[in-house]
Amino acid sequence: MAKKPAHRDLFPGALEVMILQSLRLRPMHGYALVKHIKQVSDDLLRVEEGSLYPALQRMLREGWLETESGISAKGRPTRIYRLTDTGIRHLEGEILSFEKMFTGFHRVLAAAKA
Amino acid sequence: MPPFFRVLFRKRRYDDISVSIREHLDERIDELMEEGHARVDAECMARREFGNVTLLEERSRESWQWLWLESLLADLRHICRRLCRTPGFSITVLLTLAIGIGANTAVFSVLNRVLLQPLPYPQPQQLVSLRLNAPGAPGLAEFRDELRLSASMYFTFATHNRVFQSLGIWNPGSASITGLAKPEQIATAEISQGVLETLNVPPLHGQWLSEADQEPHALGRVMLGYGYWQRRFGGDPNVIGRTIRVNSQPRVIAGVMPRGFKIVSYDFDLLLPMALDPINERLAGFAYHGIARLRPGVTIPQANADVAHLLNVWMDTWTNGPGTDSHWYQRWKIAPSFLPLKEIVVGSIHTVLWAVMAMIGLVMLIACTNVANLLLVRADVRRQELAVRSALGAGRWRIARELLLESVALSLVGGALGVGVAYASLRLLTAIGPADLPRMNEIALDGWSVCFTLVLSLLSGLLFGSIPVLRYAPSRQNLTLEGAARNTSVSRDRQRGRNLLVVAQVAMALVLLIGAVLMIRTFLAMRNVDPGFSDPTSLQVMRISIPETLVADATTVTRLQNNILDKLSALPGVSSAGFAADVPMSGAEPNWDSIHVEGTEPTGDNAPMRLYNYVLPGYFRTAGTRLVAGRDFTWAEIYETRPIGIVSEGLARELWGSPQAAIGKRFREYQGQAWHEVIGVVEDVRENGVNQVAPATVYWSALMPDSPVPHRLNAWRDAYFVMRTHRAGTQAFLDEMQQAVWSVNASLPVADIMTMQDFYSESMARTSFTLVMMAIAGCMALALGVLGIYGVISYAVSQRTREIGIRMALGARKGEMAWMFVRSAMVLTAIGTTVGLAAAAMSMRLMRSLLFGVNAVDPATFLLVPIVLIGASALASYLPARRTAAVNPVEALRAE
Repeated sequence: MAKKPAHRDLFPGALEVMILQSLRLRPMHGYALVKHIKQVSDDLLRVEEGSLYPALQRMLREGWLETESGISAKGRPTRIYRLTDTGIRHLEGEILSFEKMFTGFHRVLAAAKA
Repeated sequence: MPPFFRVLFRKRRYDDISVSIREHLDERIDELMEEGHARVDAECMARREFGNVTLLEERSRESWQWLWLESLLADLRHICRRLCRTPGFSITVLLTLAIGIGANTAVFSVLNRVLLQPLPYPQPQQLVSLRLNAPGAPGLAEFRDELRLSASMYFTFATHNRVFQSLGIWNPGSASITGLAKPEQIATAEISQGVLETLNVPPLHGQWLSEADQEPHALGRVMLGYGYWQRRFGGDPNVIGRTIRVNSQPRVIAGVMPRGFKIVSYDFDLLLPMALDPINERLAGFAYHGIARLRPGVTIPQANADVAHLLNVWMDTWTNGPGTDSHWYQRWKIAPSFLPLKEIVVGSIHTVLWAVMAMIGLVMLIACTNVANLLLVRADVRRQELAVRSALGAGRWRIARELLLESVALSLVGGALGVGVAYASLRLLTAIGPADLPRMNEIALDGWSVCFTLVLSLLSGLLFGSIPVLRYAPSRQNLTLEGAARNTSVSRDRQRGRNLLVVAQVAMALVLLIGAVLMIRTFLAMRNVDPGFSDPTSLQVMRISIPETLVADATTVTRLQNNILDKLSALPGVSSAGFAADVPMSGAEPNWDSIHVEGTEPTGDNAPMRLYNYVLPGYFRTAGTRLVAGRDFTWAEIYETRPIGIVSEGLARELWGSPQAAIGKRFREYQGQAWHEVIGVVEDVRENGVNQVAPATVYWSALMPDSPVPHRLNAWRDAYFVMRTHRAGTQAFLDEMQQAVWSVNASLPVADIMTMQDFYSESMARTSFTLVMMAIAGCMALALGVLGIYGVISYAVSQRTREIGIRMALGARKGEMAWMFVRSAMVLTAIGTTVGLAAAAMSMRLMRSLLFGVNAVDPATFLLVPIVLIGASALASYLPARRTAAVNPVEALRAE
């Protein structure tokens, strides 16, 4: 599949942070997560299903998330992912380090323009 | 959650993943349908967007798995299920492996314990046996492969050597113990100072014999062996200090040696101090075994050099009495050739063991090729499956891993079963093994054996597993193509691998069978040798020793022995009884020296050594040793001490040309001895076993003048009584025999109660052991080889059904078809036989030392065995080939 610029690969850790941040708003099931990220980013970012589910399992294993049985909007049984306290702490740490990275990134780009 | 629990509770996680993905898809489908797509289209689109659901589920699950291990386990489960589905194959393979690995483990255990592990003494590498060679002493080599040490040598070496930490001499013997229960004859070892220090094993209780115990005129203390201590004293630690009567003399017990302690390989009941008196010693008296412990860093050549120099000191210091030349022994060219003690203990048995190990290893190789062949067939059946898997993206390594895993799993299970087989066969082995296999009772399965089994299983698994892997894993393209073209007959290429294995099997089986047949011929040749006595099963043997402390006078001793003989021959069922200082193959060896024949120049320098035996009337008749000329001693002549003697046929021919010519001729042992007249010549006796030369022997009367003090008589006190009776060996007879002895003298113990057959079998034990092992290995090899041929041909037939159908449709006759398969088997057998004959010709030369009376490349054997093998393989290929006759061409063609 040819890569469109809009759908380029995310850098490492980006997917996790987006999932954690989205789940911080409210607990969601998998499909809702995909749709949420797509909407919020105005279609600029798309989460591949192929990455989403393995990533969710990794985060469950790390203890950042937990699951509970729930009912989807259409009334079918599904699993709702919820952020844990460990998850919140990890998210905050990640956001800080991302912000630092972006600041640095911006400065380098700005310097190159000048 | 710790990883372990994750594995246990992950079922819920897996369900979560499935539910989530299911819902994800459903929701997307709903959405697409809302957008106006038909349900079928919507499902299609959703799935296409989502990608490979199974793959995604698997990848999501990986977070919860020990990836490497679990895929291995999954493979194993798979393999188990597949093996259970084909029980015939699995059982065949497992049994083949269990027997192969088990036999190897058993033989390895023996080899390891006997040959590879050190002696049970501290720093065993320092221990040497003080062997001397005397190439200048003619005739000695005929009955003994070394010159033993004399006591004077011991004194010289012990005082002047610069290479040993300690050294000592010892001799096996026997003593009667009285006063405990009924009189008992026990095995003793007389040891000089230095023996215990050399072996350096501390006593279990009490003390070693000390220098004070070696005082010549005091009755030194004694030490008990562990077995005797347990048997007679119930393992009582308070025996130290108690007094026992040894040969009617009171002796104090100084200590007990620990379990398993032996003097070299001699298992004793009692250790007695030798109490040598230097005043009585002369140069001669070469009777003792010497052992020594080298100083650290000293090599055996250095020790040899040091002692070679001391031999001159020895001749300077000692004499054989006034008027003798003390440097006379220079003519004997005595030279030390010390050997590591281990070589003495192990002896020549190592040839047998290595031969057995080699042939069992060969059987294992044949078993491996058979299993490899079965696996090849199996992989061939799975060719399609493997091709499909390969097409679906299974990597080469993945397929290779599974094939290898299957064979290694098989070999490991086979190895586990093999440990059981090894345990059973070790019991068998210790039961039939030769008596001169040292440390036989210590042989057991130990950690080393189990390690060996594990390594052998793994290696054999990899070996026979790699053959199908090499054949099926590498060529993905080929696999796919072949898989598609399944209707063709078997390709030459695939058949070739199996053919090679069959050739190898036939060759190896041939080598083993030839070895077995040569051993059988050796055994028969040995059976055909006239040992110098007749019908050993009806010849009862026992030993009685009459110590000087019990009966001092020599003539009384002989009268006592005469009485015992009379009582014994009066026992019911006994036709005659006899007395000799030594019976053939018993290992006893009363004496040896040269003789001087009257009327010839004294050739003292290089007169050959003759074996001496001492007998009383009736011995030859009882033993069945034929009188070739002349007659036996009579009792009257014995008591008169008439100077007469009997010689062996070989000696008579050597000295006087013929047995008849020897009668009436005279000889003597030393100057001053009366000339002894030859009154009889007896047939040669295979003293050291039927495969050894019969030594030239002089038979003296057991009662004769003492050599240093000619006016005093000397009687042979420790000797064998033999009885000719059909009741030999029965308990009732043994009891009567014992009573008969006690009726003459109640304090005479009886020892070494055996039949001549026991000695005879013992001397044949090495050959019969090798024979049994070779025969077992040969039969296994033949069976496996035949099975291999049967398997290959029967598989070829089943694979070529279609081809057979076509040929028959085109007019081929049934007989021709069967012949086609038999012929292909014959070609393989012929190639295998040729290779095998060459290999056998080479390897049998290595076995030469085990053979007797048969050439290593015996033409009859080398002709007969291949014929048998070819016959067997013809039969093995004809049976499956016959099935071609049942092929119905119409059905064969329709089936495809």
